[in-house]
Amino acid sequence: MLSPRDSVIGLKHGAGGPAMRSLIRQVFLGGGDGGGNNGAGGNGARAGEGGVPLAHLDDGAALRVGDRWLVVTTDSHVVHPVFFPGGDIGRLAVAGTVNDLAMMGATDVLALTCGVILEEGFPVAELERIQASMEATCAEAGAEIVAGDTKVMGRGEVDGIVLNTTGVAFTDRVVGDRGLTVGDRLLVTGTVGDHGLAVMAVRNDLGLEGDLRSDVAPLNRLIRAAMDAAGDDLVAMKDPTRGGLSSALHEMAEKAGVGIVLEEAAVPLRNEVRAAGELLGIDPLHVANEGKALLAVRPGAADAVLAALRAHPLGAEAAIVGTAVAERAGSVILDTGFGRRLLAEPEGELLPRIC
Amino acid sequence: MATDPMKADAVKANPASSAAGADRLQFRDPQRGRELVDLLGRRTAEVGRSPVSVMHVCGSHEQAIARFGLRASFPRDLHVIMGPGCPVCVTDTPEVDEAVVLARQGVHVATYGDMLRVPGTSLSLADAQAEDGAAGRVHVVYSVSQVVELARELAPEPVVFFASGFETTAVATAAVILAGLPANLSILSAHKYIPPVMEIVAEMPHTRVEGFLAAGHAATITGWKIFEPFVERHRLPVVVAGFEPLDILAGLATLVELVRDGTPRVVNTFPRCVTAEGNLRAQEQLWQVFKPAGGRWRGIAHVPNGNLRLRDEHAGVDARRRFDIDLAELWAGAPSALAAECVCGDIMAGLTDPHACRLFGRECVPSNPVGACMVSTEGTCRIWHQYGGVPDLRPGHDGEAAAETEGAGTEGAAAC
Repeated sequence: MLSPRDSVIGLKHGAGGPAMRSLIRQVFLGGGDGGGNNGAGGNGARAGEGGVPLAHLDDGAALRVGDRWLVVTTDSHVVHPVFFPGGDIGRLAVAGTVNDLAMMGATDVLALTCGVILEEGFPVAELERIQASMEATCAEAGAEIVAGDTKVMGRGEVDGIVLNTTGVAFTDRVVGDRGLTVGDRLLVTGTVGDHGLAVMAVRNDLGLEGDLRSDVAPLNRLIRAAMDAAGDDLVAMKDPTRGGLSSALHEMAEKAGVGIVLEEAAVPLRNEVRAAGELLGIDPLHVANEGKALLAVRPGAADAVLAALRAHPLGAEAAIVGTAVAERAGSVILDTGFGRRLLAEPEGELLPRIC
Repeated sequence: MATDPMKADAVKANPASSAAGADRLQFRDPQRGRELVDLLGRRTAEVGRSPVSVMHVCGSHEQAIARFGLRASFPRDLHVIMGPGCPVCVTDTPEVDEAVVLARQGVHVATYGDMLRVPGTSLSLADAQAEDGAAGRVHVVYSVSQVVELARELAPEPVVFFASGFETTAVATAAVILAGLPANLSILSAHKYIPPVMEIVAEMPHTRVEGFLAAGHAATITGWKIFEPFVERHRLPVVVAGFEPLDILAGLATLVELVRDGTPRVVNTFPRCVTAEGNLRAQEQLWQVFKPAGGRWRGIAHVPNGNLRLRDEHAGVDARRRFDIDLAELWAGAPSALAAECVCGDIMAGLTDPHACRLFGRECVPSNPVGACMVSTEGTCRIWHQYGGVPDLRPGHDGEAAAETEGAGTEGAAAC
């Protein structure tokens, strides 16, 4: 859906929504749906029967290795400011990649790599803080960084620091993001909107910080608990990062060809996030989470998975929030308690109304 | 006699709501919402004909209706039409042109963010800003006091505040003018006054409107009694309502009751903010600074007394009198061909809705708007688009077909 006007990249192409997906399809998947031969290697031959190739645009790839699956994922991290309430870019880089592996069902991290691109003039003390934070987050996740790379660019050629992390992990069972069927229930592992609104509040110096804190955390152990409770009844997972819960639900609905009804009142939301969202005119369903997962399970397993999530400290506020339905395939219907409407996907960069 | 369905809440908060604490707002209690939906359904049925058409005249009402998905809960026989309730959308082309010409002349133009993309004859302020001549001369502000700060920073360079908004916003402009402006600051008023346009809509030959839902915030300034002469003249009821979902449902339930009973009068269902007389001090300041003047509202009509222009006493801060604004230079530029297909005017007059527009959600989107209704967060097209483009999810309703077309369009585009 690159319109003729899009001869250059806009911020919307990185916002996690439809513009980004169509850019990836057009440029990196050679314009097709990825099923055929194309230059970027999204043809899936490497993934093997039942694997997850690039073309699925899932959280990572799953490759057949012997009788197991090797899950590979990579993610580049930029965040401004580098230190924010509740976390920093280092924690984000480790948790982000650990979570992408976990969303494929690979919860035992084999190894991480980390590439660092620094801007000339970046304080070494801050780099040390970031390194310490990565190490602490690795310890939480039971992960280890086994290879790395460091580059420095001239002043103004990069904004402070960019981290790229790649992760690999084995799993016996791959969970994709397209397994929903009508009747399946959707769960979130906790409150939504915390990361996006916390970062937005400091970035725009809104004097709103209060108790707004990012939720950034590695989720692999929480997800392991859910997978153990659900067995084969856990049919899809996604971490609602950029584009928020809304984008994650839309992707699941589109890929599975079902509609999803989201019960607004059931979505866990901190009061401070709700208030900041109202004030800024930003829907917390549209903003990034960095320590939450969206799980789809067969209806009979929903209660058991919910109990398993809630038994873990990172899942204490988990909730069943929606249901896959036959109507309006590919769309997300929001039940507000007063009526129903479609939930739109955020289209571009979210801009606070007042700045 | 019309009863106030909100009154019970006013005296006795729903115990379930208060028990749940601050996160359960009293005016967002779904249980109370369902009761009001039932009441609205019963009263609409009691009118005994279909459809019953009522109009609200406020973008904030449309925002709340869309955000809470209320249309899906409205009775099938009740049509709730959005009227000319977006001050940005009704700002006329020549008014935008005036601001564009000033910016091109090297004057700093400050305005609210919504106004930036409103199309003029050939350029919007955002377009003008992209040209070399006006680069860096268009400033987005969030309040009129911020304009004063900006003018002080930029002194002695001339600064013009391109002021938009209904009476609710005009009072803030008035207060700042009365407090005294920096010498380099003048005002280009595109302020509009709501009561006169209700007359226009009520008198339109194709109008189907049987009652009006008036905007609670504007009435906070004007008071609810201001609508009494209108009710007398047109024999149509007016209900003043707030902006929470329960406010809107209660307001509509009251309005339909008045339609049913054939007893047109003004009822205030927003008594926690609105009084009979309104904010007298604000009104005094408003009329000290502004006078009502006739003028075109974009897409609608000439509205007698619909524009708020500066009084002669304030000629010294009136940009129209301080600067020589020659609009002719813009007439050479061709208006966008798409603009001819835009039906914003009919949408704002309540004659049609965005689904009747071929451009809606296709050529015309918030990032690339064709018409003013897609620009402002108060515009019908923008609001419908923001909340999924289908305002009414009731099965078999017209939204269904539109959604399918839209889905097909998206897939087709992604595949190419």
